[in-house]
This record gives sequence, C-alpha cells and structure tokens, in this order.
Amino acid sequence: MDFGFTISKPRSIEPTEAGKEQLRLLEEQVPTFRRCMNCGGCTATCSAGHFINFNIRKVHNLYRWGQYKELDEELQKCMLCGKCTLVCPRGVNLRSLIIHLRKALNKDHLSNDFQHFIRNNNR
Amino acid sequence: MSSYFHPFILPFCIGTLVLFVIIAVKFYRWITTLDRKQKKNVWMSLLTVRVFPALWRIVKEIVKEVLLHVNITRYNWRMGYMHRSIALGWFLLIVTGFVETLFHFRGGGHLPWLGIFFRFFVRDYTYGISRVWADVMDLLLLYVLSGVSIAIFKSIYSRVVGIRKNTKLRWFDICLRYSLWLIFPMRLLSESCTAALTGNGGFLTQGIGDMLPTEFAQVMEVPFWTAYSTCLCVFFVLFPFSRYMHIFTEPLLIVFRSLGVRESSQPTGYTRMELNACSRCGICIDGCPLDKELKINDIQGVYLLRDVRHGLPHRNATENCLMCDQCVVDCPVGIEITEIRKQERNKGALDTHDNYRFLDSIQSFNAIGRIAYFGGCMSHLTPGVTESMKKIFDAVGQKYWMMDEDKTICCGRPLLQQGFIAQAAELRRKNAHLIVESHAQYLVTSCPICYQSFKKEYNLPIKVIHHTEYLAALIRLGKLKPHKTGLKVAYHDPCELGRGCNIYDEPREVLQAVAELARVQKEREHSICCGHSLGNTALDVEKQDKVRDAALRNLKADHPDLIATACPMCKKAFQRDRYTTVKDIAELIAEQL
Repeated sequence: MDFGFTISKPRSIEPTEAGKEQLRLLEEQVPTFRRCMNCGGCTATCSAGHFINFNIRKVHNLYRWGQYKELDEELQKCMLCGKCTLVCPRGVNLRSLIIHLRKALNKDHLSNDFQHFIRNNNR
Repeated sequence: MSSYFHPFILPFCIGTLVLFVIIAVKFYRWITTLDRKQKKNVWMSLLTVRVFPALWRIVKEIVKEVLLHVNITRYNWRMGYMHRSIALGWFLLIVTGFVETLFHFRGGGHLPWLGIFFRFFVRDYTYGISRVWADVMDLLLLYVLSGVSIAIFKSIYSRVVGIRKNTKLRWFDICLRYSLWLIFPMRLLSESCTAALTGNGGFLTQGIGDMLPTEFAQVMEVPFWTAYSTCLCVFFVLFPFSRYMHIFTEPLLIVFRSLGVRESSQPTGYTRMELNACSRCGICIDGCPLDKELKINDIQGVYLLRDVRHGLPHRNATENCLMCDQCVVDCPVGIEITEIRKQERNKGALDTHDNYRFLDSIQSFNAIGRIAYFGGCMSHLTPGVTESMKKIFDAVGQKYWMMDEDKTICCGRPLLQQGFIAQAAELRRKNAHLIVESHAQYLVTSCPICYQSFKKEYNLPIKVIHHTEYLAALIRLGKLKPHKTGLKVAYHDPCELGRGCNIYDEPREVLQAVAELARVQKEREHSICCGHSLGNTALDVEKQDKVRDAALRNLKADHPDLIATACPMCKKAFQRDRYTTVKDIAELIAEQL
C-alpha cells in the first residue's frame, strides 16, 4: 500500500567499519577537520547546494561514521568554488577536506598513486 | 702536428665528447616528446612567414638572456654582473681562443683542443700582435674570475647580490659548483707557469709568472695543466645531470618558446625543457609570501622544479602554493611554474566525468543588446559589489542580464587550479553554452578569477571585460560622472587581475576619478597576495591571515583612509581584519553617483 511516504531504511553505525585508520589519515592531512561544530554554514552557502540536495556537512559526517557508500559520487558534485571555506566560522579548511575525501574515497586511488610512482621513477 | 699533443688533453677531449653525446640524446628525447598541439605550433611557425619574427626573437632573446642576463640585472645589478661575467666571459674566452688559434695557424686545419690549451703548445708566441691577444685573453679571464669570486662570497652571504636566501642545493650540485669554481683559477695558474718559462703571457699571467720561481714553474707546469683539464672533464661529464644543465637548455627553451610552444595541461618534452632550464638562482624564493611570512621554505618554484626534475617526493611543494604568480613574474628565465604545478596536481586528481548533470536545469536568457553580467561565486558573499554594479548599470541606462542572480555555476578555475582538468572543462562547457545562447554582446564580470578564466580558458565569441575596465570606459566617455571626494585610497592589485591579466591602469584611473591614490610601496606586479587565494588548499585560515597581514602592512604604510580592491575574494580576506576598511571600486563609484 502506498501512503505517499515511507519510513526510512534502518541505519546503523558500525564502529568497526568506521575505518579509524582512514579517519586518522584524514585528520593528519586536514587538522582543522576536528573543529567542525555542524553549524551548516557551508551547506547554506554552497553553489551546488542551490541546484540539488547536496549537503557537504552530511557528507563529511557520513565519512566520519564510516558510511562510505555513494559518498564518492556525491562528493564529485562539488565545484570547489570555495564559498564554504570563506564562511566557515570555525576555520575548517573545507576545500582541502573535500579534495582529500575525494582521494580517500576513490577506489582507483591506490592504483593511481602507483601510476604516479611509476611515472616519477621511470623515465 | 704531433708536437701539439700531450696526454693531459685526454680528460678534456673525453669530457667534451661525452658532454655532446649526452646533450644530443636529451635534446632528441625532449623534442620528440612534444605533444601534438605543440608540434603543430612549431611547424606553423616554421613553415609560414611567422618564421622571420620568430628567428629575430630567438637571436634577440638568446643574446639578451643567455649571454647578457638582462632580466637578472634588472632584478639586481650585482647578481646580474655575477651571472653575466661567468656566462659571457666564458663564452668570449672560448670564442677568442678559437679565433686566436685560427689567426695563428692562418685558417683551419689545426687540432681542436689547441684553442683551449693554446699557451702550452704555442710557446714562441711572444712577438708583435700576439701581445694584444694575450692581454685580451687575460682580461676575459679576469672578468670571469671576478664573477667567480662574487659567487663564492654569495654562497656564504647571499645579501652580497641582494637576495635574502641562497637556494638549498643537492650535494651533487654543490660538488659540481666547486669543480666549476676551480676551472678558472686552474687556468690562471697553468698559464702563469707557462708564461714564467716562455714569456708568452698577458698582463695578468705574465705578472704572476714573473713572480714564480723558474724551478717551481718547471715542476708544476704539466700538473697544473692536467688539473685544469681534469676539472673541465669532471664538470663536462656531470653537469647534464645537475642544475648547470640550464646553460644549454635555456637557448633550446628560447627557441621553442619563440616558435609558439607553451606548456600544455599534461607534462611533455617542453616541460622537461623548462625543468632543466632552471638555474636555481633563488629569485623566486625572494618574492614568495609563504617564505617571507610563514617561513615555509621548501615549496618555492625552484624546489618544485628541482623535485619534479629529479623525481624526488614533492607533494608538499605541489599543494602548498598560493598561485599568486609572483615567482612567474620574477623568474628571469620565464618558466611557467604555475602551469607545471597544475600538471603535478592533476597527477593525483582523478579526473571523473559527468559530475554536474544537475546544472542542466539552468536556463539561458534572451539577452540580445544587453550586457551579460557575471558576479561570480565570491561576489555572492560580498553583495555590496553586485548591488553597486546594478546601481551603476541603472544609472547609465544600460540593460543587463545578471547570469548568476540566484544560482551560480562556478567558472571552473578553482577546479583547474587544483588540477581537476576534466571537471573544470565540464563547468566551462555549461557556462559557455549559457553565454552563447543568450546572444549578449559583452560579458562583464566582477571577479578577477572568473575574468581570467573567461578570457583565457573559454574561447568565447564575445568580449569579456572586468568591471574596472567597464567603469574606466564609462568615465572616459563621460557617461559616468562621480563626485570627487577627499579620501585617500590605497589600491590593492589582486593577483589574478594584475599579474594574471595585466590590468593595472584601469582600476587606478577609476579610483582617481573619486579619490586620491595613496602611495603603496609594493604595487602592480609586486603586490602581495591577500593570502586567501583559491589556489591554495594546504594553508589553514590562521596562516592565510598572516600573509594577509603582510599585504595590509604594505598597503597601510602611507596611512590611507581606506583600502580599495577589485576582487571580492581579496575584499573578503581584508574584511576579516577588524581594523581595516575595505571597499570594492564599484562600491566607491556607486556611492558617489
């Protein structure tokens, strides 16, 4: 029966899944990542967010919780214009965060790194 | 002829042969790995009439930069003298030696090393005109030696040549530097020894030779000449792998640049040429705001080029840069450092496609006869700028279409700067489509970042103008008559507008119509970046603010009433400092209508 609404799918956070190692790496590269207080200023000003339901705050929280599914595709919608970084009251370096999230989430990243290594060391 | 041979010439001959083979192999590999567009540019320049101005440019540039070092001299005359004395002096020493040999042997047919070791083999050359030759050669040697002594002082105390810091060199480069420095004193000593025995020296070598005891000269003559030859050999064999490769690469770079080759989005043979053409003079370190204000001393152009060239790890050098282009403007060789940095960023950037489908929903607007106005993302955070521009458009009765009234598509430059080439191209396609569909005649933009993007990366069929250019035109034509105020205004040149697009005069012209310009010590191409540049993602806000403070100190030296700029990004950065009043040029004009 269609009531015109559904209940949301059951969602659970698996602490074991929330790759601690990956989180640690990210925090190392973007130390300001920890300062976020979830105010949502970044999402309010987002250029891409004016077109679609793109929510950078949500993306970064999902990453924190280890829910990586579809996050990569979601992150590619960012245009990197930098408004979020400018409005952030806590000085989180959001552009850097997004770039590093993209790299962390992309499955081909390892092989890409390897290609980079090959290119640099064999000429 | 056999009297013109001695075993000590062997190191020199072997070294020279090896040198030319290595250089030939390297050049061949670079030239064959140019990409298709670059090769097309070369052929287009070679096979059309464009070849004549190109040839003229090549000759002019090589004489000016490779021999006379005009750009370095302009930066600092002592540093210019140092480079010129070694380069030009050594070149003339070789040429004069060759001509002297030709003169002595009445034309060709002599052995090739005689030009270098002339005094040793031609011992009876002490009559008439030969005195003049010897004096000329000594003068040139003295010229080179003066440069070498400055170089030695510089390696201890860099302020001798007016730069703050010496480049940190690899140990390999340091060793080679010593072998280069040794070459000329060795030549002086060996020629002096020969002069002591035969009397064929000039004013310098004969002077020293006369002071040497004959026994000493007899014993040491051959060892000194051997040492001289060995120094040459070591230097020749190893320098293609060191920074001294710039000696031969710079002319090659000038040839290809004059033939219209530019850096492309991926590394090519031309990139290798540029990497090898860097002499690591360290001028780029001097102007870098990150070095000056934040003491970050491993990311400057010279270190990026070094690490990319030798395959050393360079993630930090790639990412941590404001892309303010100060080093590109200062670089005496004209290496496109920012482009190389973008290529390196792209290597890790994972190009993906079709990310921005959601932008298709945006509709174009029939703007025939109107001006298309693009505020840009940043102007949405400084609404004063867009409001003022609207007020000015209304005041002059200009119909306009604001492209990004409520929804903005980014111009794509921020993505491109971070090395996301495919993604940036997608945004450019969307924006270009909107603009072309609208049939507007002109595109005015308030943001220098977008301006540079539209102008250089888009290939739009319509003319792109920055709002300062637009305002300057309006004031020049008398359409806009703002009231003059008594304010004293310091103008900050945004990197993207000034160094990026060479627009320095229009903003000043507009400002002079409403206010008085304050003196600023570092302005135009030397203006300091506001620190919040979109080119950098590695710096945190606190560090960016330190760079901004340096820019503000520079602007406030003359105690202006307020600071004016033409970039919403810079405005936003300066606004973060609560003791600063900053306004966009458009706001200043709109207030005085």
